[in-house]
Amino acid sequence: MHDQALTGMLVLDLSQGISGAFCTKLLADFGAEVIKVEPLSGEPTRRLGPCLEDHPGPERSGTFLFLNTNKKSLTLDIACQTGASIFKKLVKQADIVVESSSPGVMTSLGLGYEDLEAIKPDIIVTSISYFGQTGPYRDYKGSDMIALALGGLMHVTGLPEREPLKTGGSQAEMQAGLNAAVATLTALYCRDVSGIGQHVDIAVVECITSIMEATTMMHNYTGQIRTRNGARHHVAYPSTILPCKDGYVHVHGAVHEWERLAAFVDEPRLLDEELQKAPRVHADEIDALILPWLMQHNKQEIFAMAQLWRLPFAIVCRVDELLDDPQFSSRDFFAEIHHPVTGPIFYPGAPFKMSETPWQAGRAPLLGEHTTETLGGRLGYAEDDLVRLGELGVV
Amino acid sequence: MPRLALEGLRIADLTQVFAGPYATKLLADMGAEVIKIESCVRCDRPHGPVAPGTGMFPDDKPGDEPYNRGAYYNELNRSKYAITLDLTHATGKEVFNKLVKVSDAVVENYSARVMKNFGLDYGTLRAIKPDLVMVSMPGYGMSGPYRDYVTYGTGTEAMALCSDLTGYADGAPLKPGIAYGDPTGGMFAAFALLAAIRYRNKTGRGQYVDLSLRESLIQMFGDAVMDYTMNGRVQRREGNRHPSMAPHGCYRCKGEDNWVAIAVSDDQEWQAFCRAMDKPGLAQDNRFTGASSRWRHGDDLDQLVDEWTRRHDNDEVMHILQEAGVPAAAVLNIRQILANPHFVSRGYFENVFHSATGTYPYPGVAWKLSKTAGSIHRPPPLFAEHNDFVLGEILGLSREERDALRREGVIGDEPL
Repeated sequence: MHDQALTGMLVLDLSQGISGAFCTKLLADFGAEVIKVEPLSGEPTRRLGPCLEDHPGPERSGTFLFLNTNKKSLTLDIACQTGASIFKKLVKQADIVVESSSPGVMTSLGLGYEDLEAIKPDIIVTSISYFGQTGPYRDYKGSDMIALALGGLMHVTGLPEREPLKTGGSQAEMQAGLNAAVATLTALYCRDVSGIGQHVDIAVVECITSIMEATTMMHNYTGQIRTRNGARHHVAYPSTILPCKDGYVHVHGAVHEWERLAAFVDEPRLLDEELQKAPRVHADEIDALILPWLMQHNKQEIFAMAQLWRLPFAIVCRVDELLDDPQFSSRDFFAEIHHPVTGPIFYPGAPFKMSETPWQAGRAPLLGEHTTETLGGRLGYAEDDLVRLGELGVV
Repeated sequence: MPRLALEGLRIADLTQVFAGPYATKLLADMGAEVIKIESCVRCDRPHGPVAPGTGMFPDDKPGDEPYNRGAYYNELNRSKYAITLDLTHATGKEVFNKLVKVSDAVVENYSARVMKNFGLDYGTLRAIKPDLVMVSMPGYGMSGPYRDYVTYGTGTEAMALCSDLTGYADGAPLKPGIAYGDPTGGMFAAFALLAAIRYRNKTGRGQYVDLSLRESLIQMFGDAVMDYTMNGRVQRREGNRHPSMAPHGCYRCKGEDNWVAIAVSDDQEWQAFCRAMDKPGLAQDNRFTGASSRWRHGDDLDQLVDEWTRRHDNDEVMHILQEAGVPAAAVLNIRQILANPHFVSRGYFENVFHSATGTYPYPGVAWKLSKTAGSIHRPPPLFAEHNDFVLGEILGLSREERDALRREGVIGDEPL
């Protein structure tokens, strides 16, 4: 196996749930050795749906399998003293620790940043929590939707006349994982250059507020409070989702594309100056002029024809349309990964293609699969030590 | 100790609009020296005027220099340097190549064919700077039948399940309230760049990163892909419902457009919720005993919760429930976020003075690094603000040489 971009980096992943797992997936998929330190019963994501054939089991969660590719699994009870001291031995060899417990928990276990820094001065500890390690809401309970609500994205998602809406999936958790991964590499760069480690505090809510697309500046400038716009972009128009003969398409026409758009949908009334001057205000009229043409065509032909006209239309794809998508096929996007319980399954592949150190596919670990390797091989525990630790319920 | 984590990293930034500038903003706030290269003819800035009421300029007034006053530009390009350069001009390319020679990375998000047309593709630049890291981030990637297709972040949302899975259970596909594909792709690009730099620092080898916004965005919906590839299930839009939690929704509160989000994950939280609503009897109701039973009676449950939340302000509901140990949050709008004590306490927003617009709070840095905290360490650059600094001090061009470039129109001080 060739070296990857992050080969040689050891990451201890204590995190539970989606955000931390996504952070360390990105590190593992690009070469870091990630050891997932799981409670003896397994990290809770192992029980998250969707499950293979809808039967739950520690090796059957699609969410877990996707989020834990290329990692190793060590079962270790870090809440007991023996477990904590074994974990500290691993920290001495590690570059990075990722954790997502409630603020204060790591410190109460004697495993806070200061404790770990004392044994490994240049360690990087990345902590992910819903509200951050400080502040009046620090100990509040969070969830994906809670972070979308407090962070501002929920208020602007949905229809104006209905309740605010969460984004599909677990986007706040995923955003936090992505931010944590970039922040961790930032800290790693700093350590490689200057030798200092540090504590990285990621608050899920701030990850959401950070992507709010000029909402703060627009409020600064005019006092305007953005609210919900359905599928419509809040400034540019047309930029929306409209139905067509066999589904939905994303329709887009910037100012410099208006004439082309009017010709494309064969609707000269779109050239009306009033519409062009304030398109967002006339969104209903614009939609009504475009709709009849869309309803006569299906989504594939609308997409292909629009692109011939250099109009940035797109198809609202469903998941069953993606595996055969010609672009994905041409770029070998989906990766078939074998796993002893599921057999071969297609997973989303590389998020980006690196010319020298490409993304590599590898399955998620079985629960405790690498316990012996890690404690025996890495830390030098003898076989009867491991048996004893097992009997004590430490591993 | 360095003051900022990425000190010493220099990035030549050709990106425009949202996804690319978002990537380089993350790196710039952390201390990378990001030099944004703009064209006088087609610069990444508003020319004004725009339709009133869009909030694009202070008081909706473009002013004499609209290109220095845009909401998007200023939010996304703070902490960076800005120069102008005509890359279609032979001398402009020469200057660009000089900059590449002393940079660690180039980032661009043009359509796939543009850099090649400029004669500035990776193969050419690598001849100038052998260990160069370059990140291209077009919508669909640098190969394949859609290679030259045009799209913005909003289009990639449609192509990558985001639109299909966002919406009310009984309604059409919607979009998140922002162009979600852009910052998401931007973060992946920043990750790719730092990973490639780490490899270069270790091995001396540069590389090229081909990042498709669509392929990076679909990662965020990996569980839905797995449900299909494992089980053949095509997930549908579910509004605010959660696959197992109930109640899990957004409920109306007292006042206009006032809402609270509540997410109850287990029986303990449910019982605490009933006590907090002062309805202990509900905790005994058979319909709502156990998560799966609550989930099946979700509509009844939502109605009961709604009857209670309507009588209170969302901030009040959040505090009552959080005190009781139930996850809840007011659905905040931007004005409320700016004033929110938690955001204030953490110092999330940073006040920045900018000579063309004044002082305003900018959304800050989402990651707190304990020893090298990032920050908005310089205001968004004015158009061409750093021509003399970058061309003079970094590239060593004399005043006469810079004046000659101005006369030839290779650099300029105002958009054309």
